This record gives sequence, C-alpha cells and structure tokens, in this order.
Amino acid sequence: MAKEYTFHDMTRRRLLGAAGMGGLSLLTAPAFAQRMIDLHATGGPGTRPLTDDFPQKRAMVLQRTSPPWLETPFDTFDKGVFTPNDQHFVSWHWADFPSEPDLDSYRLTVRGHVNQPLSLTIHEILNDFPRIELAAVAQCAGNSRIYMQPRVAGAQWANGSMSNALWTGIPLKAVLDRAGVKAGALQVRFGGMDKVILPESPAFLKSIDIDHARDGEVMLAFGMNGEQLPLLNGFPLKLVVPGWCAVYWIKMLSDIEVLDQPDTNYWTARGYRLPNTPFGNVKPGDSNFKLIPVTRNVPRSFITNIRSGDTIKTGAPTEARGIAFGGDCGVAKVDLSLDGGKNWLPTQLGKDEGKYSFRQWQTRFALPARGDYDLMIRCTNTKGEAQPAFPIWNPAGYMSNTIETTHVSAA
Amino acid sequence: MLRGVLFPLALSVTLLLPLAGSAKPITDLKSLKLDVPAPDQMFPDGPGADAINANCLVCHSEDHVMNQPTLTKEGWEEVVEKMIKAYKAPISEEDASAIVDYLVRIKGKK
Repeated sequence: MAKEYTFHDMTRRRLLGAAGMGGLSLLTAPAFAQRMIDLHATGGPGTRPLTDDFPQKRAMVLQRTSPPWLETPFDTFDKGVFTPNDQHFVSWHWADFPSEPDLDSYRLTVRGHVNQPLSLTIHEILNDFPRIELAAVAQCAGNSRIYMQPRVAGAQWANGSMSNALWTGIPLKAVLDRAGVKAGALQVRFGGMDKVILPESPAFLKSIDIDHARDGEVMLAFGMNGEQLPLLNGFPLKLVVPGWCAVYWIKMLSDIEVLDQPDTNYWTARGYRLPNTPFGNVKPGDSNFKLIPVTRNVPRSFITNIRSGDTIKTGAPTEARGIAFGGDCGVAKVDLSLDGGKNWLPTQLGKDEGKYSFRQWQTRFALPARGDYDLMIRCTNTKGEAQPAFPIWNPAGYMSNTIETTHVSAA
Repeated sequence: MLRGVLFPLALSVTLLLPLAGSAKPITDLKSLKLDVPAPDQMFPDGPGADAINANCLVCHSEDHVMNQPTLTKEGWEEVVEKMIKAYKAPISEEDASAIVDYLVRIKGKK
C-alpha cells in the first residue's frame, strides 16, 4: 500500500499566484491584482482568471461567467483523491437557476409511467428512504477539450472539469419502487430547477435506461463529502450516475419522469454525440461515421506533482505521484514511462475508495543522465482497457483519454 | 456515525459500496441565499458588435466567446447555426451573417 500523500513537493512553485503573471499585461482583463492561470493551450487564449467571485467557491478557473463554467485548478488534484467542495468544478447549460432555492416549497416529482406519482419533500427524501454513500468522479464529457488538435468549439476545459466526491443520498431505485414503475417502461428522464432563457430553447433534460436507473447505484445525492451540496453543484439534490459522464448528473433535480417511449428531447436524442469508433477518434474532415451518445467514462491518469518544464536532478531518487480513475470500473494498474512510452514501470496504488473514485498512485524514479525526458502515465482499468497513446480527436471534443505526457529535463 | 442511522435495507447495499468516514450524518438541509455573479461585459467594438451583443449575450456571457479558439469561417458558421437550430436562438439571417463576420474578424483561423 502506498504511503499517505503529503503536500510538500517543491515542484509546486509555479502555481496559482505566481502563474501567468508575466503574461498579465497582454490580457484584456483588468491588469490589477487579478490572478491568472496558464492552461498551456495553443490556437487560442491560454490563460484564464482564477476567480473567488462565485458563492461557496474559491480559486476556480473562470471559463465562462454565465451560465457558469468553473474549472478545478489542477494543483488541487495533488492534494488527495477527494476534491474539496469549494473547488469541485461547475458547469451549467442554462443561466436561469435559482440562487435562493426555497426548501419549504421544493418538491421532487416522480411521474409518467408509474402506478403512483410522487411529490416528495426534502424531509421525506432525507428520512423516508434508505441511505447510500459512494465515491464517484464527476467528469464533463468535454474535459481536456482545449488540448484537442485541431481545436474545436465548446467549453474550453483544460484537465479540470472533473472532480471526485463522496456522495450521500438515496438510491433512485428506492424512489422508483415507491412510485411503482409500470410494465413497459423504457427510460427515466430527469430535469432540474434551471429554466431556459428563450421559450423555444430545449429544457436541459437527460435520460437513462430503466434498468440502469434501477441498478441500486444511481442515486439522488443531498450530501457531498459530508456536507450539503454547494448551490452551484446542484443544491439541494443532484442525480449521481456513477461511472457516467457528468452531463447525466442533473443538478437541482426536481423532476423524474418514467417514459414508455424513447426520449426525444434534444439533450438525450441529439446533443452530446461521439463518433462510434474506437476511443471516439476520427480524422478531422471525416464524416463517414455514426454518432452515438456519450455515456460511460473511460480510464484516465495524471501526474500531479511534476509539470512540463520542470527540471529534475540527474540521478536523484524522485517521487512521482498522481491520480487515476478507471471510468466505469476500478483501476487495475497505473504505469509510468520515463522514455516516451517505450518502457513502462509499475506504480503503487493508494487506498481504494471504490471503483468510481479517483485513486492515487505513486512511485520513485531517477533519470539516469542529463537531457530531456517525456514522462508518461497510463491507467489500465479492471476491464483491461488502457489509455491509448495516440491523440484522440472528434468534432465535438468529447471523451479525451490519451496518455498524458509531461516534458521534463534532467540537470 | 452515518451507518448508525441507516435503514436495515441500506446495509446490504452499503456493504457492497465504498464507505469513507464522513463526519456527522446529514439530518437537515439549510436554505441558501446566495448571489451568483451577473455578467456585464460587452463584446469589443467593431463592425457587427451590435448584432453579437444583442443576440448572443441573451443566453451566455462574452467570455464564452472570447475563450474560444480561432476557427475557420465554416467553423464559425457551424457554431452560429448550432445556436439557431439546436438551441433555438431567434437570430435573423442578417444578424447571423454579421455575427459570423465579427467572429471571423476577431477569431478567424487563416
């Protein structure tokens, strides 16, 4: 078992306050005391403000003010597997959501193809159902989109539209069982308290199949790392679909509709589409592929204590550590390469917090001679799926999980 | 501990699931009254600024656009078309054309 993480590494020197200060004068943002972070992107703006302006959030990478897109700063991932609530990433599709949700009038409706429609209060949700807890990574389907080449339009996430939390809630199955799902049910559709701005715009709704909805793990979460949810992460109730992309994790959940026909709403039937090819990868300009919905997460891993551009002392024992996740299953192994992927070394895995959680890895290595090195990190999940070495590209910039490379030099 | 207040049914479920130690069980939720920042930034002046300000800021803030990469004219046409067809933004043909030209001017890929 790997030893507990400590946060002492000297390579953290270039972070946050110091980051990007040299480029500050080039930006259009106010030049006074605004902290910027450099996402090291090419082909477009690479720096973003670090903002403290959003409620219950601190030092978030500001990708969009409204509807909020707030990214977890990458150094957070070096501090442990559970992302602090005040740095858990934020992504909204429509700007009209309540900033003062009224708990007294809040109701969760369960309707559609059921025997007994329900209208549940917060008190009933907290007290009338069995509770479950599990750790799970929420990751936007477009995480790392900013690094796709050629660049594509959309939320320009670096690697921080992912966060891990211990979720507390009730099984969706228990709620559906209370309502009594009728024979012939196909899907369950979820909606939140956010509203469209323009009357014709598609309300943000997502659906999953009925069997998935009743697997006992899909949950209605009111707790996140032992506290109630931050407003921007979906207070008071959020759908958690372990192992699946965060687009399904409906925030401010207020409506559950059991369908006996396939969901035809935009977000389920047409949005969030990925090529039906290995790793969703296609060549720019290709159009000879089918599109399928983004669904489950895929394995990923990151070095969190060494950054590209770092210098490492030649021959010195050096610690490498980071995080990995298997996607919709656990992490089987994480391997480190010091030579750009020719040879791979095993790493030690940290405490298993559950198959949907981030898992820490660490190892020690030494670079034998002066020169430049490409450190690579590769997760293989418990289904035997490993991250690919080739760069993944698709038109919408979804499901990137290419092996990450960190360029360092030994001196 | 949380497990102390779990219903019996939950035990069979939770035993299969990872349980990290959480502090106190959540027994109640507290109402929130918070301010979410409202955007006020307009697009940089220039030909087409009126069209992009009037149409695009209805749904999203200016930084959404300013943080995008450079795209070809076809790329920007696809973006504007998606706003109209998928998200039902009521943008006139004339404004859509002015918006594409504006985007190509400030964020065009050669």
